[in-house]
Amino acid sequence: MADGEEKNMPPAPEKRQLEKAQKSTGEIEAEKSVPAEQITQDEIAQTAQRGSPGSQLSTPPAVRTDETPIEDAEKVLTTPGTKGTEGTEDCKVLDQYSAKPVLDSAVGEMPDFVRAAYEHPVAIRLTHWVNAVALFVMVTSGLRIFRAFPSFGPKIPQNDFIDIPKSLTLGGWLGGALQWHFTFMWIFAASGVLYLSYQLLSGHYRTVLFTPKDIPGVWPMARHYFLFGPKPPATGQYNPLQKLAYTSTIGFGVLSLLTGLVLYKPAQFPWLAFLFGGFHLTRIWHFAAMCGFLSFIPGHLIMVALHGWSNFLSMLSGWKRDPEYQE
Amino acid sequence: MIEQVDKRELKRKSRRQLLKLAPVAVLGVFAFPKVSDRLITDGVGFSDWVAGKLFRHEHLAQTFSNSAVVPFEKFPYNGYDVLDPEVDLDKWTLTVEGDVQHPGEYTLAQVQALPKINQNTRHVCVEGWDVIGAFGGTRISDFLRLVGANTSARFLEVECADDYYESIDMPSALHPQSLLCYEMYGQPLDRKHGAPLRLQMPTKLGYKQAKYLDTLRVTSVLKAGKTGYWEDQGYSWFGGL
Repeated sequence: MADGEEKNMPPAPEKRQLEKAQKSTGEIEAEKSVPAEQITQDEIAQTAQRGSPGSQLSTPPAVRTDETPIEDAEKVLTTPGTKGTEGTEDCKVLDQYSAKPVLDSAVGEMPDFVRAAYEHPVAIRLTHWVNAVALFVMVTSGLRIFRAFPSFGPKIPQNDFIDIPKSLTLGGWLGGALQWHFTFMWIFAASGVLYLSYQLLSGHYRTVLFTPKDIPGVWPMARHYFLFGPKPPATGQYNPLQKLAYTSTIGFGVLSLLTGLVLYKPAQFPWLAFLFGGFHLTRIWHFAAMCGFLSFIPGHLIMVALHGWSNFLSMLSGWKRDPEYQE
Repeated sequence: MIEQVDKRELKRKSRRQLLKLAPVAVLGVFAFPKVSDRLITDGVGFSDWVAGKLFRHEHLAQTFSNSAVVPFEKFPYNGYDVLDPEVDLDKWTLTVEGDVQHPGEYTLAQVQALPKINQNTRHVCVEGWDVIGAFGGTRISDFLRLVGANTSARFLEVECADDYYESIDMPSALHPQSLLCYEMYGQPLDRKHGAPLRLQMPTKLGYKQAKYLDTLRVTSVLKAGKTGYWEDQGYSWFGGL
């Protein structure tokens, strides 16, 4: 920008706010506030040469005469208006509060800004909770169904694979469990289809989809969780281990639906059965998909209990207050 | 995307967003047994309706080579009550009634006079096990033509010597692989497998394939609570594979 041009224009918003904030607090907060970092010493010097009244370089710090806490001034510096979008509402608010006469009387009405992110759109939250219920029903009723023939081998001779306690199951008997299973399979499938369509169409999947570039971050995160290693810095809404876990569950879901379809209608979908290695292997895959979910759920719940109260709240309201990541 | 939001505004927004989850609470009705019993019965009914719509007459269930068939000893006997209701095979006749032109008693010889079908198919039990067996018999559709059945009727009902009973949707009964089975593994059906005549349908679960057939009825109306022994207790009525 040419020098002459600059002189005819009002100072850039960042500069103006910085100056005003400095005026009101009498302190330079350049190190703490983001916008101040954007201003070079040269620019400040230029402003000083033009005789800007707020310049700290040409005048000694003003004596604080008001009772405004320094923290408030910091907030002024870090509010959204400092991005330099002049004319936005945020800017007006800033100007209003950074103007000296207003400052003294307006402390009570001052907006109390916090960092927050709208993490989970309503479609994601709805399907998450519907799915939580559906999965519970599918697993418990599925275990009751499996209990009728808890083997992956032949009927004669029958070698039971596992004895599932009745108390872990839903439905009371095979017929009841099948009713639960055949009802909630629709709910489970519908919520899955809604979730996937939303993620794909909105592009929101990018926050959660595990991709090859997440691979290097998995081990440091696992080391932090399981071996008390140092905590890797948060780079986004989800860390690589979370992405891996959440993306896996989608795989388990798709696997359980497709294998379930084969077990439900093997005569209608022989090609799908063939894809899974035949009817018997399909039954094993279906069970494996459930094991996948069962390995995910306890970790998921423990993580929420240990680290993630704000994650839990954000899955309810969508909003997370003061997220630890930056963008 | 991180924003700077006023605390009070954030509370308002959060509350508004939380309320949008209200539809999930609808699932809470499943916690009440009286409601859930009804709903999961309807759920199976819906699944059956979809399965009936998807059923294709011309689509055949997979058949297998003789080498894939399990040995006869490994084909399980399965019954709901007694495995041998002591049918008098010499005096046995099949009673045919309902929406047919020629109701009456039919002998096994009359059934066997119709074209014979041999098929190696998978028998799938609702419990989760399955066996590939060798079956021989007459197409149900051929027999229905013999007795002059109204095949636009909706159901085929059967009653059995062991008081078991079943009903089958007409499209499944008319499927080319649906048999009145009188042979297994090239031998006359043995008593525990349902002698002298049973249903054998590779497009249906095992419990639909009634043994020791006694009466066959063509009808468009099923009595409530009399649609099938297991179905009346909660199994899927369509029971299709």
